[in-house]
Amino acid sequence: MTALTVTAAGKCYGAVTALADVRLSVPAGTLAAVLGPSGCGKTTLLRCIAGLERLDAGEIRVAGSVVAGPRLHVPAHRRRVALVPQEGALFPHLPVSGNVGYGLDRTARRSGRVDEVLALVGLDGYQHRMPHQLSGGQQQRVALARALAPRPRLILLDEPFSALDAGLRAELRQDVRAALRADGATAVLVTHDQAEALSLADQVAVMRDGAVVHDGSPADVYTVPADPWVANFVGDAMLLPGLVRAGRAHTALGEAPVHRGGADNGDRAVTVLLRPEQVRLAPPETPPSGQITGRVLRHDFHGHDSLTVVRLDDGTELRSRRLNDGSTITPGTAVRVSIHGTVRVWHAEERQAGGA
Amino acid sequence: MSAAPAWRRSVRRWAPHPVLLVMAGLAVLIALLPLGYLLLRAGEAGADRIAAELLTARVGRLAARSLALAAVVTVACSVLGVATAFLVTRTDLPARRVFAVLAALPLAVPTYIAAFAWMSSVDGFAGFWASALVLILCCYPYTFLPVAATLQRADPAQEDVARSLGHDPWRTFRSVTLPQLRPAIAGGALLVALYVLSDFGAVALLRTDTFTRAVFTAFELGFDRTGALVLSTVLVVLTTVLLAGESLTRRRGARYAAVGSGARRPPVPARLGRWRRPAALLLAGVSALALGVPALNLTRRLIAGVSRPGSAGEIAEAAANSLTVSAAGAALTMLLALPIGLLAARAPGPPARGIERLSYLTHALPGVVIGLSLVFFGVHVAYPLYQTRWLLTLAYAALFLPLAVAAVSAATAHAPPVLDDVARSLGRSPLSAFATVTVPLITPGIAAGAALVFLTCMKELPATLLLRPTGMDTLATELWTHTSVAAYAAAAPYAALLVALSAIPAWFLAARSGALGHEGDR
Repeated sequence: MTALTVTAAGKCYGAVTALADVRLSVPAGTLAAVLGPSGCGKTTLLRCIAGLERLDAGEIRVAGSVVAGPRLHVPAHRRRVALVPQEGALFPHLPVSGNVGYGLDRTARRSGRVDEVLALVGLDGYQHRMPHQLSGGQQQRVALARALAPRPRLILLDEPFSALDAGLRAELRQDVRAALRADGATAVLVTHDQAEALSLADQVAVMRDGAVVHDGSPADVYTVPADPWVANFVGDAMLLPGLVRAGRAHTALGEAPVHRGGADNGDRAVTVLLRPEQVRLAPPETPPSGQITGRVLRHDFHGHDSLTVVRLDDGTELRSRRLNDGSTITPGTAVRVSIHGTVRVWHAEERQAGGA
Repeated sequence: MSAAPAWRRSVRRWAPHPVLLVMAGLAVLIALLPLGYLLLRAGEAGADRIAAELLTARVGRLAARSLALAAVVTVACSVLGVATAFLVTRTDLPARRVFAVLAALPLAVPTYIAAFAWMSSVDGFAGFWASALVLILCCYPYTFLPVAATLQRADPAQEDVARSLGHDPWRTFRSVTLPQLRPAIAGGALLVALYVLSDFGAVALLRTDTFTRAVFTAFELGFDRTGALVLSTVLVVLTTVLLAGESLTRRRGARYAAVGSGARRPPVPARLGRWRRPAALLLAGVSALALGVPALNLTRRLIAGVSRPGSAGEIAEAAANSLTVSAAGAALTMLLALPIGLLAARAPGPPARGIERLSYLTHALPGVVIGLSLVFFGVHVAYPLYQTRWLLTLAYAALFLPLAVAAVSAATAHAPPVLDDVARSLGRSPLSAFATVTVPLITPGIAAGAALVFLTCMKELPATLLLRPTGMDTLATELWTHTSVAAYAAAAPYAALLVALSAIPAWFLAARSGALGHEGDR
């Protein structure tokens, strides 16, 4: 079943178009991330789904029923779509139990649902604390419990981790994911943090200028991005000119098999996407499989991995990332370069369509 | 916690609720009634009449004296306020906390009570310099409080950086600290100037001819009502010029909280060395003049006054009158302020900003002017209201609406709109969300604002004198009447009661501004 369907949604503020033809579909029981840079319209989309803003065009369905459409606007409190804002926004005058029970009626409040969801977020026993007695991470957990409590049809998370420090964030992310799963809830997470979206979500919708430009699984978005902009936004990307011949891409670095559409016949000029972990370096004396050589410009050590910048003989600069195996490479060393795995390519016309 | 990025706020457009907008508009219209009516009547007098009234040597003298008084008091208050603030917040002065409280307390002494105390203890205490002294001693908290609060809040790390880059302490103060203080000094100085222009009690008692006293005399003597009107408009113009100055000094869009989340380190106090004792003596001397003289005098007179037969009944009646009109005034003021404050906090945008600005327009208008224009309004337009307490209540609302709007806006900040969003997303209707989230969060702030307005109404003198129904006396008018005929002992109990009542809002304001150095419990 589909918990959320957004069709051709549009929203303008005066002359500014915040949403233009947004399409999104989220299956029940999953977590979808809406990922995009500042000002791409993702928060507006969230507010439209919550019913806090009116849609100008298009339609939103929650669990099959239309909540926003032409001349229809179901007000926020009748949508059963719960919101977890940035920084929690707990009601400061209510204790934890009062916050969590806020969306429940009297019978539901007595049924033990409050304790149940608090246990789910790991805060059983905090019922009588006041919000100002909680840490930032605990406040976020209460905010999630509060949203889960009335069993809404959809939970909307608006950058809920951005105000926390890095260590806390990673832990809370996984706990939030687990709590949502355990309760069978459907959720939409809005974020500008690609690592968060990729690691947490079942589905990632990348937004740009008020439109969804790529909607797919995290692996899909990372390895086969819709266009070079998406490729750059979700990770470190290198774009090289190349040629596709018989399902293989030929570049200055040698050749590699092409994702999907490898059936193309004839030589076609393409742009090739390389991720730094696909670029492999080897000492020049190992038996030749490719003849491409370059010199190490820089070697940045990051602890568990390292990034090496190489300049090829033809002047192209490449980044190569690899797990730290104890070896070091001094700048100036000559290395052989090869491509590992399959690559994403765009034909010239495709790239223009996507990259506009 | 980091603040939400700016674009998120720009995405949110809050369409003002039409009912709220209409109510706020109506409220501001009611509050602006006196000013509008005054300008209308002055306009009716005709350009020739206005010119004849204005272009006289007497008006020239009045203007010169009023402005000179404002200038002298403002400069003295700025120097005294900044020096006290610096000594109290940034040096190793002994008993700093005590001096901080003492420097805020003169706010609790209405100027007419200070004037009363001085003239009843010093023979022949009257005239320009007497008024200046009383006003300086009563007004320097207006510069002390904002400057001390800024110094308290300023991050000493900036000063540390300046020192580490090779600046000596004095140069650091001039180049880093002082520029940060400039808005606070300018704001405080303008408050002082506005206050001096609008003050009636002290200058009238000390027989210094300024605009407010001239307006009152012209009206009270009854022979020159148009003259009083025209003089009032001059006062309005002077006030507007000062207000424009104030808005120029204020930074644009200053609606944001302090940036930076790191814990602030308290500054290392500067060592005064051998100046420690003289500095403390100086501050003690100022406080003795500002607080000691009134306190001693009141106590002395009080002992004599209470023994007077029949005074208890009079005092009780005046107190009851004060309480009822002030309560009515506070209720009406809060009622008008609620929609304006809510609108400003919840639907910031051009309409809300316009209405809020308009509501502040009366904030600097002298009570004499508001009172006078409402007298005319009562006589010519709303005769059934004339000589009733309702007109007085309306005057209080017009005078103190800005105070109430500020309180409501501040209170509403405790209930950010996002809480409303969450409540609605959890299935509560807008009305239910308002009742269960917004109301409990803003009630304490609104109650505090109401108390502040109530106590300010109790102190009000000129509008009360002009508008009270014949035969109704309040604490302030009784004090005025007795002092005018030099019945100092009879006046003392009223003065003492008023001081006791005024101390509460003064304490409240000082604690709020953070100048006393304890912000919350964290």
